[in-house]
Amino acid sequence: MPTSVASRCLSPELARLNAQIQQHALEYGLDFYETIFEVLDFEEMNMVAAYGGFPNRYPHWKFGMEYERLNKSYAYGLHKIYEMVINNDPCYAYLLECNHLVDQKIVMAHVYGHCDFFKNNIWFSKTNRKMMDVMANHATKIRKYIDRYGLETVEGFLDTCLSVDDLIDHHSLFIERKPKASNQSDDQPVVRKINSSEYMDGFINPPEFIELQKQKLEDERRKKRRFPEDPQKDVMLFLIENAPLESWQRDVMWMIREEAYYFAPQGQTKIMNEGWATYWHAKIMTERALNDAELIDFADHHSGTVAMHPGQINPYKLGFELWKDIEDRWNRGKFGKEYDDCDDWVTKHEWNRDLGLGRDKIFETRRVHNDITFIDAFFTEEFCHEHKFFIYAYNPDRGVYEIADRNWKSVKQKLLSGLTNFGQPFIYATDGNFENRGELLLEHRHEGIDLRVDYAKDTLRNLFQIWRRPVHVKTAVEGKEKLFSFDGEKHIERKLDG
Amino acid sequence: MVLNIEQDHLRFRQIVRGKIKQDLKKYISNGELIGKKGRDFVSIPIPQIELPSFKFGRRQQGGVGQGDGEPGTPLSPGDVEDGEGQAGNAPGAHILEVDLTMEELAQLLAEELELPRIQPKGSNRLKTERDKYSQISKVGPESLRHFKRTYREALKRQISAGSYDPVNPYIMPIHEDKRYLSWKTKQRPESNALIVYMMDVSGSMGDEQKEIVRITSFWIDTWIQTNYEGVQTRYIIHDAVAQEVDKETFFHTRESGGTVISSAYELCNKIIEEEYPEDLWNVYVFHFSDGDNWSGGDTDRCINLLKTNLLPKVNLFGYGQVESTYGSGQFIRELENNVSGIDKLVTSRIENKEDIYTSIKDFLGKGK
Repeated sequence: MPTSVASRCLSPELARLNAQIQQHALEYGLDFYETIFEVLDFEEMNMVAAYGGFPNRYPHWKFGMEYERLNKSYAYGLHKIYEMVINNDPCYAYLLECNHLVDQKIVMAHVYGHCDFFKNNIWFSKTNRKMMDVMANHATKIRKYIDRYGLETVEGFLDTCLSVDDLIDHHSLFIERKPKASNQSDDQPVVRKINSSEYMDGFINPPEFIELQKQKLEDERRKKRRFPEDPQKDVMLFLIENAPLESWQRDVMWMIREEAYYFAPQGQTKIMNEGWATYWHAKIMTERALNDAELIDFADHHSGTVAMHPGQINPYKLGFELWKDIEDRWNRGKFGKEYDDCDDWVTKHEWNRDLGLGRDKIFETRRVHNDITFIDAFFTEEFCHEHKFFIYAYNPDRGVYEIADRNWKSVKQKLLSGLTNFGQPFIYATDGNFENRGELLLEHRHEGIDLRVDYAKDTLRNLFQIWRRPVHVKTAVEGKEKLFSFDGEKHIERKLDG
Repeated sequence: MVLNIEQDHLRFRQIVRGKIKQDLKKYISNGELIGKKGRDFVSIPIPQIELPSFKFGRRQQGGVGQGDGEPGTPLSPGDVEDGEGQAGNAPGAHILEVDLTMEELAQLLAEELELPRIQPKGSNRLKTERDKYSQISKVGPESLRHFKRTYREALKRQISAGSYDPVNPYIMPIHEDKRYLSWKTKQRPESNALIVYMMDVSGSMGDEQKEIVRITSFWIDTWIQTNYEGVQTRYIIHDAVAQEVDKETFFHTRESGGTVISSAYELCNKIIEEEYPEDLWNVYVFHFSDGDNWSGGDTDRCINLLKTNLLPKVNLFGYGQVESTYGSGQFIRELENNVSGIDKLVTSRIENKEDIYTSIKDFLGKGK
């Protein structure tokens, strides 16, 4: 642990409870890295939370802003952070000093759920498990740059990087890159013909077909000359590799990108992860760790965690219920063709094959899914109705938001579309030599919702700081294709035809 | 222990302060702060310092929720928030409110307007004694027992006596362990200020003029309050006759009829003479009018009253003339022509809300 936080080890009493709960968790089959608990008071907790859980981050005002927000909402009693846990080996988890003992027990059980998830879910498999150290190194390096180049300069560049740090490709970590093929010669491509006798040649290798193939190869070749070859979603990487940056800037950008990739899986599995931890704290507490006197406090805390708010989705609640539902379905055999084909409600409802596969199924699920596939696979019609999900929409006539639809398919669709790409627009780097002038072209894959124009313009301004040549983004506004450009001095907006 | 966050927090505050300073003029003329004034602080809405990124424009209308109700059942407004994973945000939904203490606000005001600190005139003449509970003593009443100190003493004693068991940490204070809060008497100079606001409420003063007066007086209050410990405020309204009113009435009364300014000056003089001995009080008087006095004779009377009675008693006499379609605006010229060379008198023309900014500087820029 860095020394900036006066961390306190567990008191003998908490250490004893921790040992018990850890034992319970292991017996249930949870599998986690060594987990180190530290006790913080609420100011330290807010500070660590403002830093995203890492006590040692690079200096930046956004952490100060977050800290102020947390402190304020704590002071007004709006929220309270019970616990925080860091995906690292060993796992670090923080307990709030002033919490009641029963709360500490719940939190510990909850934390073991998270730790198990971090260690075993595939989306976390590429995260750096020594992130505690990496973050501290980043902090040291950036401090060094600040000493050398001045606070304003480095802070300004950090602002610029943070403005584009969501332009990464969450799947790219899982793609095995092939080594680059050697440069092909510039010769005209030759279309391979199928061997045939001369008199049959016109039929077996018809001239039109040959011509088509030629065209195709030509296209391919032209494509090779494009830069990047294919639209690149990891715009950060594209910039790092190709923008005219000074070496310290490249280093800073690399660090910001690394941190963005580190945090990405937590966004990708929020519902699963929180649900999993909630499932396990409920399980461990109610089956093992709770004593009689703590029942009411436990119920109070737990109901707060899974409380529903009509206009929002609570990831703890949704995840928790889904995990319970999956376990129940696989225990009773409510899956497969026979079950799906049955259309008698009563039979379906009372379906029970006594398979007892629930526990295995949830462990398997937590290994291979992320939120999108999780919802896609397990959000069923019955589940949707049982838990009263609905879509709400704004009714301009009455001036209120109202329930619009309870159809499970639309609900699922809405849930999934909100989760896709974290609810962020898809932006690709498509051309680093736009109009043969070394300008940068980004493209927004439009899927029905327009970009926010003022933000897009400001972001272009920041991109210009990095690319140092005019930058463009192609998008659509109200159905019309448009190109927004920034040339270092002014914004230009052009309509694109076709 | 130096927490890193303090530097980041400080940096954030600096940036915010910079933003507020930039916009101060706007805040002042909008008067939007005043409605939000709490007891000790004001919330200033500033656009959240949000780093731009590519994001969706108009939020998808609606989202997914959970709960009872048929299609068509409205949700209560507070329920609809950014749903989990919901795309986009309503434009302008992110407003960060920064709480500034009145002191900080005054500080910003001072920096921006380059206001000098006020030198209280009665600073060393009056001393008050105050008890401060800043000491610890071994004797005292149980109601003042200092729990932490007592606990610490008991813990110290038990550890040194070897009777402390970390596994079973019972601490039992005995009589000698007990510590009590105790006080010390301190002498400190006292400086009090009185602010008297006078306003013309004759028919020619409309709502807009009153709004200007209200905003100006808010900023004057803010600045004077940070310079003195005890500030009292009195309000006088006048048309043809003057009367003392409370703050609420002051800003909301509308009378018709003529204007006799001297009536207000007389009343003001009477209040100061009877209740606020000049050697103990720093007196500030501000008068707002559209400058249309009943008669030249009354204006002479006013000037006389100012010269002989009011000006010797006060630290500052501020006359703010608000522009009105009905007023002739003669009064300010008379003042400027006839009472010259006395720097206790400050006159300022406030033609519209934008001018409030400069007129505050006029009034308070002298450090009186």
